[in-house]
Amino acid sequence: MLPIIILIPILQLLILSYTATFEIKNIRLVVVDHDHSPESRNLINKFSGSKFYKYLGQKDTYKEAENSIAKGTADQVLVIEPDFEKNLLTERKGNVQIVTDAINGSAASLMAVYAMSIINDFNGNILVKKLPLKFKGIPVKTDSSFWYNPDLNYITYMVPGILVLLITIIALFLSSMNIVKEKELGTIEQLNVTPITRFEFIAGKLIPFWIIALVDLFIGLLIARYWFGIIMAGSPLLLVFVAAVYLILVLSIGLFVSSLTETMQQAMFISWFVLVVFILMSGLFTPVESMPLWAQKLNLINPLAYFIKINRMIMLKGSTFSDFHNDFYILAGYAAAMLTFSAIKHRKTS
Amino acid sequence: MNKREKIIEVHDLVKRFGKFEANKHLTFDVNRGEIFGFLGANGAGKTTAIRILCGLSKPTSGSVRVAGIDVNKNPEAVKKRIGYMSQSFSLYNDLTVKENFRFYGGVYGLSNKEIRERTAFFLDKLKMASFENMLLSKIPLGWKQKLAFSVADIHRPDIIFLDEPTGGVDPITRRQFWEMIYEASDNGTTVFVTTHYMDEAEYCERVSIMSEGEIKALGTPHDLKEDYKVDNMNDVFLRIARNVE
Repeated sequence: MLPIIILIPILQLLILSYTATFEIKNIRLVVVDHDHSPESRNLINKFSGSKFYKYLGQKDTYKEAENSIAKGTADQVLVIEPDFEKNLLTERKGNVQIVTDAINGSAASLMAVYAMSIINDFNGNILVKKLPLKFKGIPVKTDSSFWYNPDLNYITYMVPGILVLLITIIALFLSSMNIVKEKELGTIEQLNVTPITRFEFIAGKLIPFWIIALVDLFIGLLIARYWFGIIMAGSPLLLVFVAAVYLILVLSIGLFVSSLTETMQQAMFISWFVLVVFILMSGLFTPVESMPLWAQKLNLINPLAYFIKINRMIMLKGSTFSDFHNDFYILAGYAAAMLTFSAIKHRKTS
Repeated sequence: MNKREKIIEVHDLVKRFGKFEANKHLTFDVNRGEIFGFLGANGAGKTTAIRILCGLSKPTSGSVRVAGIDVNKNPEAVKKRIGYMSQSFSLYNDLTVKENFRFYGGVYGLSNKEIRERTAFFLDKLKMASFENMLLSKIPLGWKQKLAFSVADIHRPDIIFLDEPTGGVDPITRRQFWEMIYEASDNGTTVFVTTHYMDEAEYCERVSIMSEGEIKALGTPHDLKEDYKVDNMNDVFLRIARNVE
């Protein structure tokens, strides 16, 4: 069992970190060029040269291009009007049409943004090259710099979150299966006729899993550092300290579920339900800020939301305790409450 | 028999589950050092009563004193004085023989030295010293039962409760098991045992026979056989069970 508890999270970390990305790469582009001019070819080259695009080639009619979207072989169609170059030079305005497969809304808006930025870039070049005298300069140019994750690398963003996810899964499942397993086997009966106190019992259940999860976290941090090359901006000790408190909370929730249920099946079902809701709401994959208000309120009781936030702050921003102390106090109070609950809920006498 | 003090005193014990009365006004005593057989058909209410005696379940009414302590008021104090071995086998299969002793010794607050001594004592007695590092799951059932009895005795309790300890065990091991029970009794430990084997009932000093939540008969096997004018406990049991119908 122990090798499984150690190995599985490592595998998950490696797999999830590479796959849980929202970058859209390899957008499959089909072009319908009605102009066939040097300028239209320039525009097409801009697209095919982009690392986000995979240029599939041209179609003669829009109908054919639309068909490739319908069949799912293309993601985006660029239509260039006849006389594109002529209009561009004479009227300073050329028209293109972008058609995007919007079956996945957020991916579609990202693809549209990519297309827009390539076209803007193309505009800028034209303004400089062809019409240098008519304009005094390029309109306002924005230069962005991205803090804490300068390359906008999704792995850097996801790894701290996924790390939290993994130790949460380990801690919640081990603890929620544990007491109920003893109920199924009948060994709990034997323990209940001993003078063991409920706090001793809960502590005995909690401490081994707590250590295992912390070891998992430690291994995960080593992988983050030496495999993914994420250099932790903040204090590793601070992170472990917060994790230690966080894990008491997760383990207490698990033990609470375990003392509430009679069979492993029930415990499994409840912990899955709780975990999936917590994960999806936690802000790991989608920003909490774009959730409806009630969902944001619900996150007040979501331990994952607190720790993913704190973990990203420590690992990526180098935040110190004072930057997140309120969240930490909530986490600590929550942990104390759940621990007490699970100890009270565990009854030796029926 | 006047040497004996009462170690279990049950007076007017009632346990209800909803409308169902599992124990109807049980009253009986068990003497220190006695082997007390607690018999009854399936569903007669034996397990309910034994769970109450061990502090696992609260009586609806009535008084229960075990080792001089009121179980209802202070179940945890009672638990220090009793050992329990339940119907379903209840040591940890994923621990070794030695680890099981170590664990329960620790739970009962024995010192490391005491645990070592008691473990060695029992393993030597059971001639199982060479198996001390074997996982319990690899040990045959009959041996496990003897180990479970020893673990229940690790903290030298006043009373050991055995709930159908010999279910599924071969006759030779059963005999050995009863030798262990006698030995414990000789050392002053009271043994409170439930069983479905009527030959085992003969080994008890006194037996009670339960049916439908009531104790229908209580006495030495010898007296009971005379009362019911039969020559073995099996017939006593059948008489009582039949009278019910």
